[in-house]
Amino acid sequence: MSFSREPAKPMSASVHAVVADLRDRIRQFDGRAQRDRAVLPFGVPEIDARLPGGGLALASLHEICGGGNDAVEASAAMLFAAGIAARTKGQVLWCLTRCDLFAPALAQAGLAPGRVLYVEAGDEKSLLLCFEEGLRHGGLGAVVAEVARLSMTASRRLQLAAEAGGTLGLALRRFRHRKEADALAQPSAAVTRWRVHVRPSAPLPVPGIGRAQWLLELARCRAGEAADFDVEATDAEGRIAFSSRLADRSPAAGARRIGAAAG
Amino acid sequence: MLVGRDGARRILTAVSRPAEQAGLRVGMPLTKAHALLPGVTTMPADPAADAAALGRLALWALQHYAPIVAPDPPDGLVIDTTGADHLHGGEARMLTGLVNRLSASGIFARAAIADSWGAAHAAARFLADPVCVLPPGKAGETVSPLPVAGLRIPPETVAGLHVLGFSTIGDVLTVPRAPLVLRFGPLLGRRLDQLQGTISEPVDPLRDPDLVTVRKVFGEPIGAPETIARYTAGLVRDLCAALEKRGLGARRLDLLFHRVDNSLQAIRIGTARPARDERQLIRLLTDRIETIDPGFGIEIMDLTATLAEPLVLQQAVSSLIEAEEADLAGLVDVIVNRIGAARLYRIAPVESDVPERSFRRIPPLSPETGTTWPSRWPRPARLLARPEPVEVMALLPDHPPASFTWRGVRRLVKRADGPERIFGEWWKRDAELAAVRDYFQVEDTGGERFWLFRSGNEEQVASGIGRWFLHGIFA
Repeated sequence: MSFSREPAKPMSASVHAVVADLRDRIRQFDGRAQRDRAVLPFGVPEIDARLPGGGLALASLHEICGGGNDAVEASAAMLFAAGIAARTKGQVLWCLTRCDLFAPALAQAGLAPGRVLYVEAGDEKSLLLCFEEGLRHGGLGAVVAEVARLSMTASRRLQLAAEAGGTLGLALRRFRHRKEADALAQPSAAVTRWRVHVRPSAPLPVPGIGRAQWLLELARCRAGEAADFDVEATDAEGRIAFSSRLADRSPAAGARRIGAAAG
Repeated sequence: MLVGRDGARRILTAVSRPAEQAGLRVGMPLTKAHALLPGVTTMPADPAADAAALGRLALWALQHYAPIVAPDPPDGLVIDTTGADHLHGGEARMLTGLVNRLSASGIFARAAIADSWGAAHAAARFLADPVCVLPPGKAGETVSPLPVAGLRIPPETVAGLHVLGFSTIGDVLTVPRAPLVLRFGPLLGRRLDQLQGTISEPVDPLRDPDLVTVRKVFGEPIGAPETIARYTAGLVRDLCAALEKRGLGARRLDLLFHRVDNSLQAIRIGTARPARDERQLIRLLTDRIETIDPGFGIEIMDLTATLAEPLVLQQAVSSLIEAEEADLAGLVDVIVNRIGAARLYRIAPVESDVPERSFRRIPPLSPETGTTWPSRWPRPARLLARPEPVEVMALLPDHPPASFTWRGVRRLVKRADGPERIFGEWWKRDAELAAVRDYFQVEDTGGERFWLFRSGNEEQVASGIGRWFLHGIFA
């Protein structure tokens, strides 16, 4: 993959106003109501600044997949999704086809066992049906589904269902084989698409393992730019933190450095 | 031992297991039985009470298993399981469950599932296996070695066939039909066709007058899905009105379609709580209309609340501060009716240190336990169904591995944490005494984290010290 980032051109205030007005009108064409623009901020200013509205749009579909060797197990991606779901309000529906999920890990990512309903669907088709059903219901905080294939049509359906129900949908892409694993190659109607890479953690002064480090790649973001973030894994309340290694550098410089390294 | 009358004679109509071992048989005269086994206890047979009990059993099966159930006198039930088995975890599990539940209440039962009523009848009565599922299309092969008594024909015909030298169903199937019809009448031929499924045999479903039922008869047969959906909505409205009069809510609804060719199709839905909400019930029923084949048209639609429970009205949340908890019962019903009740669950903690025993599944609407797992030690996101052996290089006795090979990939360990010792639950079994595991969390050069353990106890060499397994993946 390759990344190219142009420095943002300065825009005058009047142009800003015109653009904002146009965005509002486009949104009205889409038929989305005001409440749908509610967002779930990460609480990390560097990430929230990159997302339109200052966080993950609540009534929409987001796609998360594991990067590199983690594409099949998608365990880091799963913890990322669990962290997001933990910070929503209400019950969470978790749709699976393979049941190798270890519930205590979800509890350690802030998602208490009393908040999660599991659906073990026999095949992808019924999984997508349950996913859509959960999104349309409107009473859930978030719906997470571990899907392998997600066509443009299916993702469009899910996005519409999420808008209709006002529920956050997280499609956790999980593959059977590493070969088919480039999830983000196909187009999708998801509002944001994330890829979670694991990175070696920082050495501790004592023997042991520190907090896990992730490279969080925002591969696509509607009405926003793609970006990479160096973060620390979810904590017990489901929050991620900006990596302390970059504390003395500007986040944009850090993102560009990693972008070049990955390309 | 039950005694009935056949004309002027008094004969045995049912025999207990010990009496059967002593040589008594059904159909034997009572005097002969007394001669064989003096002092045997006899009770007068009561066919009317038997039929009533069979009717009650059929009603129970109707409420718990499938929408089309009929008693098959004198001693059987016939259940049309089409579209009902997936709610009970598949055909084999449903059948085993049925037989086990009956035997728990003291009824010795045998059951079979086949393509046709005739084949299932014969297989249930004459196959050695008390529970069997005949694969589709293979019913003829399985049934042909069974005796002709399995054909649902009068005893005189069975005796006649025996006289002619026919002992199995296969014998009768292979010979030309015409001479048999001349001798025994048309019933034998019809039973053979019904067994092979070449002519249809509708089951006349049991209906109890106590159940709330609404019915719509059409002057002109209907067939379009939209029309069916419209009339379904009308029926649900009528049914809800009828339920409201009795103060009941539906737990199970059966929608039966009588087709013009005299066959039946059914939709069954269940709800997690007693429900009388028209919109929810219509939604659940119309979801499944696609499974119905209207054929040449539908004449009658029947909607029955097979299982109804008192519906208790609840006070709505009136406090303005307290946020209203979203009601998930509707969602649970939709998903359960689509994919089966066992596949929607919550996971609750179990007080056990052994990772694979530390959770259990509970029903989706069970009350909140409020407990969680202790979080002293990190737990992996994925737990392998069974630990996979890995090749490891590690310093003895207590060092974490320096490298390990899993699924053909060798990984160098950069950082590690552990050991976390987990003892077997020795109070459960003796074998658990030696089951000791030392868990390590390791990170490889790429940053991936794994959960490895070394099994065995250094004090008990026999327990297999030093074998390493990979049990989970962190990230």
